[in-house]
Amino acid sequence: MEELLSVSDLRVHFPIKKGILSRVVGYVYAVDGISFTLKTGETIGLVGESGCGKTTTGMAILRLIEPTCGKVTFEGRDVSRMTKSQLQSLRRQMQIIFQDPYSSLNPRMLVNEIIGDPMDIHGVYKGRKREERIAYLLGKVGLTPEQGRRYPHEFSGGQRQRIGIARALALNPQLIIGDEPVSALDVSIQAQIINLLIDLQGEFGLSYIIIAHDLAVVEHLCDRIAVMYLGKIVEMAFYRDLYRDPKHPYTQALLSAVPVPDPRKARGRKILTGDVPSPINPPPGCHFHTRCPQRMEPCDKAEPVLKDIGGHHEVACYLY
Amino acid sequence: MSNNTYLLQVQELKTYFYTFEGVAKAVDDVSFYLNRKETLGLVGESGCGKSVTALSIMRLVPEPPGRIVHGKIHFDRMNLLDLSMNDMRRIRGNRISMIFQEPMTSLNPVFTIGDQISEMFVLHQKLSKRESWDRAIEMLRLVQIPAPERRVHEYPHQLSGGMRQRAMIAMALSCDPEILIADEPTTALDVTIQAQVIDLMMKLKEDFDAAIILITHALGVVAEIAQRIEVMYAGKIVEEAQTLAIFEDPKHPYTRGLLRSIPKLGQRAEHGRQRLQEISGIVPSLYELPLGCSFYPRCPNAKGICEEKPPEMIDLGGAHRVRCWLY
Repeated sequence: MEELLSVSDLRVHFPIKKGILSRVVGYVYAVDGISFTLKTGETIGLVGESGCGKTTTGMAILRLIEPTCGKVTFEGRDVSRMTKSQLQSLRRQMQIIFQDPYSSLNPRMLVNEIIGDPMDIHGVYKGRKREERIAYLLGKVGLTPEQGRRYPHEFSGGQRQRIGIARALALNPQLIIGDEPVSALDVSIQAQIINLLIDLQGEFGLSYIIIAHDLAVVEHLCDRIAVMYLGKIVEMAFYRDLYRDPKHPYTQALLSAVPVPDPRKARGRKILTGDVPSPINPPPGCHFHTRCPQRMEPCDKAEPVLKDIGGHHEVACYLY
Repeated sequence: MSNNTYLLQVQELKTYFYTFEGVAKAVDDVSFYLNRKETLGLVGESGCGKSVTALSIMRLVPEPPGRIVHGKIHFDRMNLLDLSMNDMRRIRGNRISMIFQEPMTSLNPVFTIGDQISEMFVLHQKLSKRESWDRAIEMLRLVQIPAPERRVHEYPHQLSGGMRQRAMIAMALSCDPEILIADEPTTALDVTIQAQVIDLMMKLKEDFDAAIILITHALGVVAEIAQRIEVMYAGKIVEEAQTLAIFEDPKHPYTRGLLRSIPKLGQRAEHGRQRLQEISGIVPSLYELPLGCSFYPRCPNAKGICEEKPPEMIDLGGAHRVRCWLY
């Protein structure tokens, strides 16, 4: 497989402004130096708790948020230096599915218009072709052509998410970023959308970046997974290694905190104390050291770097 | 009826909402019981009526458009539905208390945490201001909020999400209730914070000898802490059993479908990727429920009678009840 997307040292720092002169008094270090590569046809998962920067990472890759620094290359082209018009043509290749299927569809547009809109903007698929394409996409996501003549409010949450997926597919993209694509859906509907995403990937050779907090969903969908904490990747590995043998104390705690739907399973819980610190003043050294059960001498002083400990299993921790 | 054996017994409860679009039968003929010191899970998807069931027990159904049209709720030889609002107020927050999903919206933003917790003691136990304040600090310490002497003076917005939920729990437990109703208590929280709160609830349950009704859509959470489970679908209880029986020998096609449709942690890493079994279709609208069994349009085992007649609750023995024509 060849490399489709590469992210290196991506940073997004939001300035905090105060007073009438909007003086910058500090920064929110939302994404603070993350790097990874994505191959064609691969699915990468970004997991972590709220505020860890996973959504901002997704947005910065698409340049829906301007990164502070760092480099994103897509098929060898530097996304971070592109002009607006270059960026627009690039967006045909990179699409996004949002978490909330209620607020991400325009309530005044018919489903046909919602799906056709990206085609109009980019000037592809006109006239008959456009209509055929819309009907084809509706079929692919499990809706009927008649349903294209309805408004979003006439659909359930799961069906709306299907519409959002059809819109993302409209321009034949190579990469789809899914920002919590199933977390707003009911349990019995989640499986439908997860299966649909897997089917579409097989059919169209899509690459995915799945941003989610549900570790079981991410395991099911993703080939490789990056665990984020306070704007940094603390561990990245193939799903099998990450779930069987998590290395970073944070990953271990995160996995053991997930309630398992099996009453017989003994709960060998590692409960973390305290809350996630603020990304405005992240702790010095390893960001996780304030909650880490295995804290050692250097942890609060120098920051551990992400390094490969064998088998493409990367971890940023002094234990390894 | 032998109402004394159960701590709480809900009989044939029907709570309907009268709206412009018609009558929504949010809770439609729901019966269940709660034992002393038991943790009962009320499980179902959004709109299945689990929260409205809880609000009916608390007599907090917004009226209008809602109305409890039928049923009895027995608690301590009383029918809660017969009580005056004044009598109900003496029970609510005192003997039966409730915590909600989003602690930010259920705490009053203009009063300090201490004000809100100590009010419980002033109101229900007629303690003095000073005593109440001390007890409030004590409660915050019990729910493991660090530096309670300082936190007691803070406003809800100064606390983190997990901390707010702890404060809610402190408030709910302050009067030593016999029943604690927890409506999606951990849904808004991050996984590591959720684990803290679940652990805390289990520990406090032992200390306080309270029974818990846990309302949730998360099967993992109920598997860990409930002894018995009621599965709800479209306003009705479709299955009731011990937790182990629900997970290892589910009878209703809906329960089976739900359990098969969720990806389980560690499963793919151990056994490779198996396709998730989906439940086809969508949850029916409460305004247009099917004539027969509400689950019939999505059911893989549907047969002729399912379409025509709603099934009754069948006792399968061993405290396992199911509402399905297969049995």
